[in-house]
Amino acid sequence: MTAPAIDALMRDWEMVVGLEVHVQLKTRTKAFCACSTEYGAPPNTNVCPVCLALPGALPTLNAHAVELATRAALALGCTVHANSVFARKNYFYPDLPKGYQISQFDQPLATDGRVEIGRREDGSPINVGVTRVHMEEDAGKSVHDRYAGATAIDLNRAGVPLIEIVSEPDMRSAREAGAYLRVLKQILEYMAVSDVSMEEGSLRVDANVSARRRGQTRLGTKTEVKNMNSFSGVERALEMEFIRQVGVLEQGGRIDQQTMLWDGAAGQVRPSRTKEGSHDYRYFPEPDLPPLLLEQGWIDRTLHELPELPAARRARFASEYALGDYDIDVLTADPVIADYYESVTRAHGDSKAAANWVMGEVLAQLRAGDGDLATFRVRPHDLAELLNLVRDGVVSHTAAKQIFARMVATGDPPAQIAEREGLVKVDDDAQLSRWLDEVVAEMPTEAERFRNGERKLQGVLIGAVMKKSKGRADPRRLNQLLAERLGR
Amino acid sequence: MSGPAHGAGALREHTHRGALAASDTVASALERADEVNAGRDGLNIFVSLDEKHLRRHAEACSGFMAHAEPAPLLGVPVAIKDNIASLHHPTTCGSRILAGYRSPYEATVVRRLRAAGAIPFGKTNMDEFAMGSSTEHSAYGPTRNPVAPDRVPGGSSGGSAAAVAAGIVPVALGSETGGSVRQPAAFCGIVGVKPTYGRVSRFGLVAFASSLDQVGVFGATVDDAARTLGVIAGRDPLDSTSADLPVPDYHRATDGAIRGLVIGRPKEYFPESLDPRVRQRCDAALEKLRELGAEIRDVSLPHTELAIPVYYIVAPAEASSNLARFDGVRYGLRMEGDGLRGMYEATRSRGFGPEVTRRIMIGTYVLSAGYYDAYYRKAQQVRTLITGDFARVFASGVDVLFTPTTPTTAFPIGAISDPYEMYLSDIFTATANLAGVPAMSQPIGRVDGLPVGGQFIAPHFGEESMFTFAYALERALGDEARS
Repeated sequence: MTAPAIDALMRDWEMVVGLEVHVQLKTRTKAFCACSTEYGAPPNTNVCPVCLALPGALPTLNAHAVELATRAALALGCTVHANSVFARKNYFYPDLPKGYQISQFDQPLATDGRVEIGRREDGSPINVGVTRVHMEEDAGKSVHDRYAGATAIDLNRAGVPLIEIVSEPDMRSAREAGAYLRVLKQILEYMAVSDVSMEEGSLRVDANVSARRRGQTRLGTKTEVKNMNSFSGVERALEMEFIRQVGVLEQGGRIDQQTMLWDGAAGQVRPSRTKEGSHDYRYFPEPDLPPLLLEQGWIDRTLHELPELPAARRARFASEYALGDYDIDVLTADPVIADYYESVTRAHGDSKAAANWVMGEVLAQLRAGDGDLATFRVRPHDLAELLNLVRDGVVSHTAAKQIFARMVATGDPPAQIAEREGLVKVDDDAQLSRWLDEVVAEMPTEAERFRNGERKLQGVLIGAVMKKSKGRADPRRLNQLLAERLGR
Repeated sequence: MSGPAHGAGALREHTHRGALAASDTVASALERADEVNAGRDGLNIFVSLDEKHLRRHAEACSGFMAHAEPAPLLGVPVAIKDNIASLHHPTTCGSRILAGYRSPYEATVVRRLRAAGAIPFGKTNMDEFAMGSSTEHSAYGPTRNPVAPDRVPGGSSGGSAAAVAAGIVPVALGSETGGSVRQPAAFCGIVGVKPTYGRVSRFGLVAFASSLDQVGVFGATVDDAARTLGVIAGRDPLDSTSADLPVPDYHRATDGAIRGLVIGRPKEYFPESLDPRVRQRCDAALEKLRELGAEIRDVSLPHTELAIPVYYIVAPAEASSNLARFDGVRYGLRMEGDGLRGMYEATRSRGFGPEVTRRIMIGTYVLSAGYYDAYYRKAQQVRTLITGDFARVFASGVDVLFTPTTPTTAFPIGAISDPYEMYLSDIFTATANLAGVPAMSQPIGRVDGLPVGGQFIAPHFGEESMFTFAYALERALGDEARS
């Protein structure tokens, strides 16, 4: 079905979406043992008696995981509870070694948060409620396609700390769901609590979706849609499931509460084989772990010391650096870029020039390379130094771009490169005149036509001098000299 | 039946002085183990006993000899219940599902024993996964009572109790969930201690019911038990439920006096139906304690009768979850079946015995949606009331409680087939597990040649004063305790 067809459906029907997002916390060790959380290690190498669930092994809680979970919950506007309780969620599956997952149930870490995902045309905020944030452990991985007729189990991931972020059913379109996910991802990146990569599985999304006729206030029967591996996949899956539900309802049918699986290749949702409701997880408080008690003072301090949130940073970039909306969006999308930009600006002083360079040269280089600022060889103070050289007229803008390319390759300071490569701007009239004479001699026709009033040839002549000077000629002085010599 | 040649304290002294080699101690213990296992009435105490390893290990003990101060359990062989993870011997929990399973790591308690110079001596028989009160429910056959081989040794730590009672070792480790150390200690006529919940690390104790489980110790004497508890007690960072409290020097507590202290006699533990001869032994013991200057005070713990129903909801509930890991995927028995579900069903049906299966089913039921509130939540509420009973009575100035350990003496093997009747043999012991308070049983005489156990129950982390009472009573009774 095409987009206009969905728009037509949505005139009569309303989509209601709530999302459950699992996020792996960026800890060095697992939630309940000292095993490494490293991604991509050989199968079953990051394991120990605890995460293998050997007889007699007991969990011990990773304090860093609690810290990251608390930071995330506070950033989502939640109330973090001084007293929360771990619970066992019991079910049998080969990649769940204990036969239960340690999670939280009726006393979660945090509740009652809110995320602003955008603004309506009248400027009012669109908010999505966060029902709860709770801590739990990840399961291992079942690999079904590696050995014919057998399933292989990799328990490296078993016990990696997660938070589950459950939203209220506050989203009314696939686009809003996508916006929520992007805002959520950005907030978690800003809090430095997770890698939030759907591709690597450090962020996973299950969607609850239902349809109702516009004007109705009661929620329709929902289905749970799983198996999406990108934000756009979530949006497409929600649209397809919504279309399916409306089709059923318009024919007078009933929606079964069930789990649907998104098939991204086919662009379809289909019912999962496991029936919803057949699971009884038999939750009960985890007797191996005492209740999680947090001092209110510690919670308050964590809130106080939270890294700046994306919205606050955007506002500050507008007021402090006088940047436009587009620049702000680009520069604050990733907190690491934003930090980089701020360092350059502070060292250089001209926020606009810094913005142009970071958004232009730096991002282009990152896109061309591995995209990781952490290994990017041009450090902020070196870029600021380069911008200072341009501002002070020591190097030309053209030369600056060459210097930057050398900085990317070598990591050397810009002044050193300029000196070494002879890229310091030449504003010495004698040298400029010599170059100009040579060009006039080499291009007599163009020189003559320029003298006769073809102003557009100025660029050709200046360009030739610039080339001859390897970008070092000061274009402003050169223009003056050209006008003096050939002008009328 | 003779007791061990030496208690733990004497063994330590002799070994340290060089009067006794650890290898000789091990050799004579092995000899004794063989002796009592021989013939049609062999006691069947050990599930595994690796002679070669033990002899080698005994040699290694000489490393401790150089210390000026002898290690606290130097040269003392300690039998280990088969649900405590140890290296060098399998850890089967008396179950077919773990037949031959060897733990790649060691329980904290075993590590502490070795660090104290002790010799972990074989793995003892038990009711499967510690579920039972007779050591008849083991995949490796029943253990017999050394005092009367036609009788059960009690359970679930029956093998450990029998190892001490048969004079093979002076001390042994057991585990308690509802009386599994105290009841067999009573049946076999030895001392058995269940420490405060959190006093001893559970890391490496294969879980039955995590909120009730606690490693316990058996000793031929109060001093043996006190010394051993002192070695294994204390905070373990690997067990989040272990308490971060200093460990007193328990075996010195045996010197204390009880004059002027108050012993509570809870009427609920002396019901009309109690065997009058058991009652008489208890009253005689109380009389001795009174003669030593203690005040005996009648008290009431009104929620006692609810302990068994509560216990048989909480313990199976936790067990149903704890035993889920025995699924045939990573270790232990695996039976082929139709698909994943078929493999699970075949493995667990074949691997677990009937009592374990029954408790898993009860536990699964009481945790199910729609039943949780009526059973598990209600049971936890009643558990709070039971804990409150103890708190109130101890707050009223009572230092320790004294009761019979069990309503009867050891029953004949095969005599009890009704599970509920079997459950009732824990009626006086399960309360302490539910409340988390320490308790111990010691011999206070015999009826028809069978040992009767008397039980002290103390406030949380009150082991020290509990040992003071127990030692005073042991001294006062003298030979009467075993006649």
